Amino acid sequence: MSILQQLTAKSWETQGALEDIQGEASLALPDAKVGFWVFLGVITMVFALFAVAYNMRLELGDWRPLADPAILWLNTAVLIISSIAMQVARVAADTGNVNRTQLGLTIGGLCSIAFLVGQFWAWQQLRRAGFFLTSSPADAFFYLITGLHGLHVLGGLWVWARTSAKVWGGAEIEKVRLSVELCTVYWHFLLIVWAVLFGLLLST
Amino acid sequence: MAYVAIADRDNEQELHDPDTFITKYVWSQDHKVIAIQYSIIAIAVGLIALVLSGMMRLQLAFPDAFAFIDPTAYYQFITMHGMIMVIYLLTALFLGGFGNYLIPLMVGSRDMVFPFMNMLSVWVYLLAVIVLVASFFAPGGPTGAGWTLYPPQAILTGTPGADWGIVLMLVSLAIFIVAFTMGGLNYVTTVLQARARGMTLMRMPLSVWGIFTATVLGLFAFPALLVSAIMMLFDKLLNTSFFMPAVLSMGGQLTYEGGTPILFQHLFWFFGHPEVYIVALPAFGIVSDILSCHARKNIFGYRMMVWAIIAIGGLSFIVWAHHMYVSGMNPYFGFFFATTTLIIAVPTAIKVYNWVLTLWQGNIHLTVPMLFAIGFIFTFIHGGLTGLFLGNVVIDLPLSDTYFVVAHFHMVMGVSPILVVLAAIYHWYPKMTGKMLDDTMGKIHFWGTFLGTYSIYLPMHYLGFLGVPRRYYAMGQTEFLIDSVGPLNVGITIAALIVSAFQLLFIFNLFWSLRNGKPSGDNPWRATSLEWQTPQTPPVHGNWGPMLPVVHRWAYDYGVPGADEDFIPQNKPSDATTGEAHETGDVMGSHT
Repeated sequence: MSILQQLTAKSWETQGALEDIQGEASLALPDAKVGFWVFLGVITMVFALFAVAYNMRLELGDWRPLADPAILWLNTAVLIISSIAMQVARVAADTGNVNRTQLGLTIGGLCSIAFLVGQFWAWQQLRRAGFFLTSSPADAFFYLITGLHGLHVLGGLWVWARTSAKVWGGAEIEKVRLSVELCTVYWHFLLIVWAVLFGLLLST
Repeated sequence: MAYVAIADRDNEQELHDPDTFITKYVWSQDHKVIAIQYSIIAIAVGLIALVLSGMMRLQLAFPDAFAFIDPTAYYQFITMHGMIMVIYLLTALFLGGFGNYLIPLMVGSRDMVFPFMNMLSVWVYLLAVIVLVASFFAPGGPTGAGWTLYPPQAILTGTPGADWGIVLMLVSLAIFIVAFTMGGLNYVTTVLQARARGMTLMRMPLSVWGIFTATVLGLFAFPALLVSAIMMLFDKLLNTSFFMPAVLSMGGQLTYEGGTPILFQHLFWFFGHPEVYIVALPAFGIVSDILSCHARKNIFGYRMMVWAIIAIGGLSFIVWAHHMYVSGMNPYFGFFFATTTLIIAVPTAIKVYNWVLTLWQGNIHLTVPMLFAIGFIFTFIHGGLTGLFLGNVVIDLPLSDTYFVVAHFHMVMGVSPILVVLAAIYHWYPKMTGKMLDDTMGKIHFWGTFLGTYSIYLPMHYLGFLGVPRRYYAMGQTEFLIDSVGPLNVGITIAALIVSAFQLLFIFNLFWSLRNGKPSGDNPWRATSLEWQTPQTPPVHGNWGPMLPVVHRWAYDYGVPGADEDFIPQNKPSDATTGEAHETGDVMGSHT
């Protein structure tokens, strides 16, 4: 039954359990996956609100943009590579290829760490160029948004480390498949968030 | 018993049986224990807020009579009273307390789907409360910025608690949001994933619908509060200028430059308005179930009730700026937000009509939960109607920041949800403890609370019309205020203190009945929903014994013509169905 049919059902007219048994009572997805997607919705809301706040401030007219460090392009490329590597790991986990799963996870994680280092480097460049957190709202927003995105990458790395430990520790591939999948989706999600934020920062 | 073997379910839950005192009652992963922990913390911190309101009333009735209530203390009292009541009491109690207790039992699950995260949620919530209460002992005391925490004044010297109080408040809110998110993911996922066989969406009791929708609102609205808290913390601690314009303070130019305070107001109310419905929707759902059960009649317009909950939830995200009419905005924006605000009255009115029509020709039992539920209909209609006044820009402008607003929001989201909380406690206490709450004390408590709160807030509307401004420490010699304002304030204060005393009677009843209450049996109200059909009362860990329930009907089969009794439990199979293969034994609940 579609969600619309479910919500328009006249539940007082029908009785019995049989017609509802197969797959109707739940979404037929793993609990962790459903919880994870709801959580992604919450994070999306956080970043969207920062983006809206950024735009509202932008419209006030006295905006003094800051320089965009060139290294941000390199960081973006590194983040794309890490996302691709995670996708490789996910496909490999689906097909039961342990070695390739390990390879993908390793490259994905290392690239994410490189991304964080690169972001930190970008902060250093900006500070040397005289753009401090308190210089203007544009600077404050830049540090805040990139910092928050970095924190989310860091959180992802924590889950990545736990998943990797399981994979390297010789866990059966079926047992870690879901973890690898959710990690990968999270990586893609953070890549999209970064792309949107980077576009927003570049456009001003 | 209409139960089904666990092995029949696709996603079986692993249960970690608690064996020691610590894992059973302290670090418990059982949703029922977590619910009671949440409730105890929330009620305890709520009592602090009640005392604060009493002290505010003392100052308003007898200005300057109490040396310890100076203007600074008064502002700290109103701020902490508001924040605690809205977030740390009502939100936590409805979602953390009742959500945790009712969702798994009502949808026929053994527990929440992420029990460990659920346990973390309550302890992180406790941490948030500790940080909040710690601000009472911080240098300078808690923040006195008003519960809306508007910058720039919230973090400027001169506002009470501008050094430590505001920082602790913002940190506490951020921690609370983390706790809520962990709990909220559980509530949503449990409703989506862990319903018993046969529990379709439209067979869920309205309590579950209300709590579920409110949780979704919370998950998407609290981020706005988180974002504004983070940005204000940056402004306060790191001297950024997100919300802070260039300010002259104490004769000197501060380093802030270029921030916009209006941005904070938008973010705050984008959270703040859905917050009203985060509190109201669970109350709507719970009161529907209580009215239906104690009127022995099915809920009128069940589908409309569900759709109205969803519609109200959706609309609540596009009305926030009606809190900001006086902040100044494009007139077209005001028109838009006034329109959306008035549109919310449509689904809300549908709900009110349906409650009244549920009572119509019902077999009304005036039990204590029913008294509170009917009381809610009165107070909610009252508070809702004044909301229609305030939703209009031209009426809001003169009434803004007067006691009319105070009276409105206390009726609609103070008194009304609290009446439902009390109704719900009287209704479900027997399931939680196996004992009935004392009936006589309950009735005294109801009449004292209902009539008492009316005598507090009805006169406040009049004060508002007179133009008495809210948040003033003392009126002083104000020419436009007539003489009756003073005695009226004294009367309101006396009523407030009496109502507080009645709440103490209720707390006493909670403890007294634990020992001396009548044993309730499994289903004292002869209710249909699943939580009353558990094999044990109070339900043990895992809720259902070896077999999960199978649901055969909706939750409102009261007074069905031709049935043996005037209620049919949700898990009782009907003769016409062919689902007998899974059922064994007699029907639960028919032996009460």
